[in-house]
Amino acid sequence: MTKGQAISLQKNDGGSLTAVRMGLGWQAAPRRGLFGSRTREIDLDASAVLFADKQPVDVVFFRHLVSDDGSVRHTGDNLVGGVGQGGDDEAILVDLARVPVHIDQIVFTVNSFTGQTFQEVQNAFCRLVDETNGQELARYTLAGGGQYTAQIMAKVHRSGQGWTMTALGNPANGRTFQDLMPAILPVL
Amino acid sequence: MTAELVRGQNHPLSQARLEIRISAGTPIVAVAALGDDNGRIHGVEWVAHPGAPTQPGLEVPRQAAADHRLAVDLDAVPEAVHRVSVLLALPVGGTGPARFGAVAAPFVAVTGLDGGEVASYTITGLEAESAVVALELYRRQGAWKVRAVGQGYAGGLAELLTDQGLPQAHQLAGNINDAVAQGLARSVQAPLPRTADGDRSRQAAAPALGPDQGGTAPQPGPVPPMSPYGGQAPGGPGQPGPQQPSYPGAAPDPNAVTQPSASTAGAPIDYSHPRRQNAAPPPPPPTAPPAAPGQPAQPVAGDATGWSMEERLYNQVWGMFEDLARTTAAYRSAVDFAESRMDKELEQVLSDPRSRIGGQGDAAREAARTRHAELVAQAREALDRDLTQLAAEADVVEPALPPAYARWDNPVWHAYRVPMEIPMALRLGDLHLPEADRIRIPMLVRLPLERGLWIDSGAAGVSDGSFTDSHAMSRLAMETAVAHAARLLAVYPAGEFTVHVIDPAGSGAQSLAPLVQAGVLAAPPAGGAAGVADVLGRLTQRVDLVQMAVRGGAADSLPPGFDTSQQLLIVNDFPHGFDDRAVNQLRYLADEGPAFGVHLMMVADREESSGYGPLLDPLWRSLLRLTPVADDHLADPWVGHAWTYEPALLPPGSQVLQQVLSQVAAARTKFM
Repeated sequence: MTKGQAISLQKNDGGSLTAVRMGLGWQAAPRRGLFGSRTREIDLDASAVLFADKQPVDVVFFRHLVSDDGSVRHTGDNLVGGVGQGGDDEAILVDLARVPVHIDQIVFTVNSFTGQTFQEVQNAFCRLVDETNGQELARYTLAGGGQYTAQIMAKVHRSGQGWTMTALGNPANGRTFQDLMPAILPVL
Repeated sequence: MTAELVRGQNHPLSQARLEIRISAGTPIVAVAALGDDNGRIHGVEWVAHPGAPTQPGLEVPRQAAADHRLAVDLDAVPEAVHRVSVLLALPVGGTGPARFGAVAAPFVAVTGLDGGEVASYTITGLEAESAVVALELYRRQGAWKVRAVGQGYAGGLAELLTDQGLPQAHQLAGNINDAVAQGLARSVQAPLPRTADGDRSRQAAAPALGPDQGGTAPQPGPVPPMSPYGGQAPGGPGQPGPQQPSYPGAAPDPNAVTQPSASTAGAPIDYSHPRRQNAAPPPPPPTAPPAAPGQPAQPVAGDATGWSMEERLYNQVWGMFEDLARTTAAYRSAVDFAESRMDKELEQVLSDPRSRIGGQGDAAREAARTRHAELVAQAREALDRDLTQLAAEADVVEPALPPAYARWDNPVWHAYRVPMEIPMALRLGDLHLPEADRIRIPMLVRLPLERGLWIDSGAAGVSDGSFTDSHAMSRLAMETAVAHAARLLAVYPAGEFTVHVIDPAGSGAQSLAPLVQAGVLAAPPAGGAAGVADVLGRLTQRVDLVQMAVRGGAADSLPPGFDTSQQLLIVNDFPHGFDDRAVNQLRYLADEGPAFGVHLMMVADREESSGYGPLLDPLWRSLLRLTPVADDHLADPWVGHAWTYEPALLPPGSQVLQQVLSQVAAARTKFM
């Protein structure tokens, strides 16, 4: 998927997607020599902001793991990253059928909580997966991205009866999703 | 790939050596019978039962248990055999329920020797039946197949075996019952150490704090609120030493929790790996039959994770609680949004000068209202869809609940027997939300209690105002307290729960009559200042003693004959009859008691002790506030809705309480 491309989350067979997962993975910082435990861990965080008519209504992030309505769930904070071979280290699950009727957009973001820019992070990626069959819908590579610490990955929004996903990939800077709000509002 | 069979469905079997796993949540008898090509059982030697556990090609357990594994070797059965039936029956004359309708739906699975599941079947829809043909393995054109049968018999094994053409059916049924009764007598019902597994529960088995209890509002935030329900640290201070008989060299064994009666001393057949006891998985939970396309799956009782049916039901109830809370949150936020959007749009219309001319303004107002109505209707539709599903789930879960989780009007209480084990949790009442009036969520609190209870007899907190008469209110509060206390007495094994009562002015005598008459109290209700001082003094001393022993690591040096049971102190009419010393002792009990098995149940109007000022605030805060009438003061741990709590009260005119208490009293006499 490329920046700005939109795909409809209708399945090929006509049924629509019921659950999607936004997965985030990155490689843990390598251990170095003496006092190896003092490596600078990399903590990336995935968040999802729920909008109704361009008003943020709810947010799912590492301090609030389940949206109040239960339709969006974060699997938990990973503070250090993984092996960097493509597995998700953090994931946000969205049960599209249960998203409250007034929520019309969900924006996914990634932040570097520990402050490293994406240039310093290795093997980082972000992807969207159809939870019902494990099929990957979209994938972004973050690593080597540039001098910024956050990215607004994608948004899922209502269109007609179903949902459409638009890849965004806008760079931004910030420690948590709050810092990103000014960058998110223009893409709604 | 497992085939989940529905009644009457069959499935081919590729292996001859099979294992049949049964899990029922309550001890049942498993029998396997061979039949000829007409399905007839030729004689007693064609039936493998607890009295004769092995027959050619068959092996069944020797005694009743909640979980069974039967071994079947289809190559080893006689040539004449065309059918192997797996029969289940409830033990006769034991302490368990007498009809399958009162227990959770039994689950049967056929597995290969490698443990791979071939087919499974949940026997649902049983009512008065006490014996059932679960499965049939049958020979069809040289190949074996399995069929889900689920045919129940109200007349028990005798009727079942007669129906299968066995001439000596009644005699054999009698033999089986004798063998089972002997097996039950032989098996040692050890008081199980509550290990970490005993506390295993949904992680969110967290808090329902009343807004008036100063709890952290369970909002998005890093502070996990303290919980009246939450699991307590295993072996922590919640478990005083003497409560937990230590078995020398015994590591905490989750199996102890999963196999209450099967693997204890009397069981001759142990199918588990001798050195890998912890690895045995619990029997699979009952699964929902496949749903029709486009329809949500039919709910099944016990459809949750857990090591026992009890734990599954507990988790399922919590799952329903959370789902209802969240679904309602979705609905409320959508409606709020619709309203705020309409307000904004109407305001815009007002401030726009153009709208004052002609019909433009009216049209815009109308459009805003339509948009509001549309969104609300959509939200309502989504809510109704979820509520229908939850209501269907509640309809199957409620009848399957064990006594400790069940309402007083549940028939399971009529089949009440004094339990051998402490249940995981106790139902204190029902919770519901205004949007979903028909769905009642059982309010379950973990046992042993982690905090005391306060039955609020003050009329102030009650919303509907119909109970302005304070006398009526305090009588109702006392009746509620008695219903809770009776429930606690009933779900603890004999002699493991003791109730003391302080009723200084004797005003609760009428309500306390059921407890007093049944003789289940430790002593008659204490009256007068002297009585108050005496009871408080003894309990204070007790907490002090146990505390010293536990802290000193000398829990086993408590005096012989020391009563190690949990203690509940019901205090009526506080602070009447309390002097300063007694108030201090009460505060000590509230602070230190719960960790050492002494709990308070205050039946009080907070206003009446207002003379003490803020001094008693911590006391009230430490107690879980319950009301004798419906009141919306409890918050859920996820989104903090105000839930209306209704106490678990006896249906008017019901004799269940008397029946249950007389059994408790009889068991206590035996125990003493």
